[in-house]
Amino acid sequence: MNKTILDLWVGLFVIVGIAALLFLTLKVGSMNTVTNSDSYEVVARFENIGGLKARAPVKSAGVVVGRVAEVHFDNEVYEAAVTLRLDKRYAFPKDTSAAIMTSGLLGEQYIGLEAGGDSVKLKDKDRILITQDAVVLENLIGQFLYGNAQEGAQK
Amino acid sequence: MLKESIARVGNRTLQGVGRIGFAVRFFVAIMLHSGTAFRRFGLTIREMYFSGVQSLVIILVSGLFVGMVLGLQGYETLQTYGSEDALGILVAMSLVRELGPVVAALLFASRAGSAITAEIGLMKATEQLSAMEMMAVDPIARVVAPRFWAGVISMPLLAALFSAMGIFGGYLVGVQLIGVDEGSFWSQMQSAVDFERDILNGVIKSVVFGIAITTIALFEGYDAPPTAEGVSGATTRTVVTSSLTVLALDFVLTAFMFRGLS
Repeated sequence: MNKTILDLWVGLFVIVGIAALLFLTLKVGSMNTVTNSDSYEVVARFENIGGLKARAPVKSAGVVVGRVAEVHFDNEVYEAAVTLRLDKRYAFPKDTSAAIMTSGLLGEQYIGLEAGGDSVKLKDKDRILITQDAVVLENLIGQFLYGNAQEGAQK
Repeated sequence: MLKESIARVGNRTLQGVGRIGFAVRFFVAIMLHSGTAFRRFGLTIREMYFSGVQSLVIILVSGLFVGMVLGLQGYETLQTYGSEDALGILVAMSLVRELGPVVAALLFASRAGSAITAEIGLMKATEQLSAMEMMAVDPIARVVAPRFWAGVISMPLLAALFSAMGIFGGYLVGVQLIGVDEGSFWSQMQSAVDFERDILNGVIKSVVFGIAITTIALFEGYDAPPTAEGVSGATTRTVVTSSLTVLALDFVLTAFMFRGLS
């Protein structure tokens, strides 16, 4: 077989293969992995994080503004310390509150940020003070049953 | 009687261990003699044409059909939970993580691996390899190493093409034929598929499969008895062994990548 035609075919194969890889990275996957350089980290403590895991999205007003970088148990205060890695483009006031929410009834858990009114912005390594724990379905059902039982006793 | 059967077990074991040892030494020899494959890259390009370009048709067509079937079956299942919007995630995840690398590797093993074994086995049977040695040309550097690198380079490209084609097939069936919303198909896929965890791991898998398949194919060819029967047996063994190796390696890699053993 002619050498140039052979080279041409292999070149075409490699180009199409790399194009497929690019298609996978750009169109199918998302390259929005926030890197260290253009992000800042804040910590939030929760009494109960439910099923929150590292890499879960952090949303504000429904828009993804960062990801959960790390979840660990703080043995000094017996609470979960969640490190949030937020995109530098978004600055939040110091009194922003963080809540663990669930998308849909059985969906994945994410952290919702609600901006406060403070004029001072959150900086790297700051702590979010106002937090709201994950809703644990079992506790909710327990409370509901307990409430019903009390109502029944009063009657 | 008993002694004989025990001796037979021992003999089999020794032969098996010997073959594994020979295969490892063969692999090391390929690594050591890879210089020519890169210095005279034309040799590798030639082999990429035979193992990569000529596998394109089967890879693309299979990818398209696998994706179309995933679209149909996924829709049927997701529909019962009212979450047919997640069809994009299902198609993309299963292709990028598993089906792309694994099915492309299985096809590659039967399409290119068997051809490599038959070619090298026949070269050995017709004493072309010995003739090369006579002329002070190292057959491992001249014949084996270019085929090895061609396979290792081609495999991830073929797997990526398989996945891309499959996602296109899933899109055709899911969005164009059934009528899943196009926006949610792509956007849910994009938000769920992660570059590092899914795509990069898929590429790593296909590189590992490429190394395994080409090594097995080359070794079986090089080790084949120089007879017509020997070559045909070696070709069959290549397809069986490399398919099983791919599936077993896939389990091990998946366990490390997605079960968080780190």
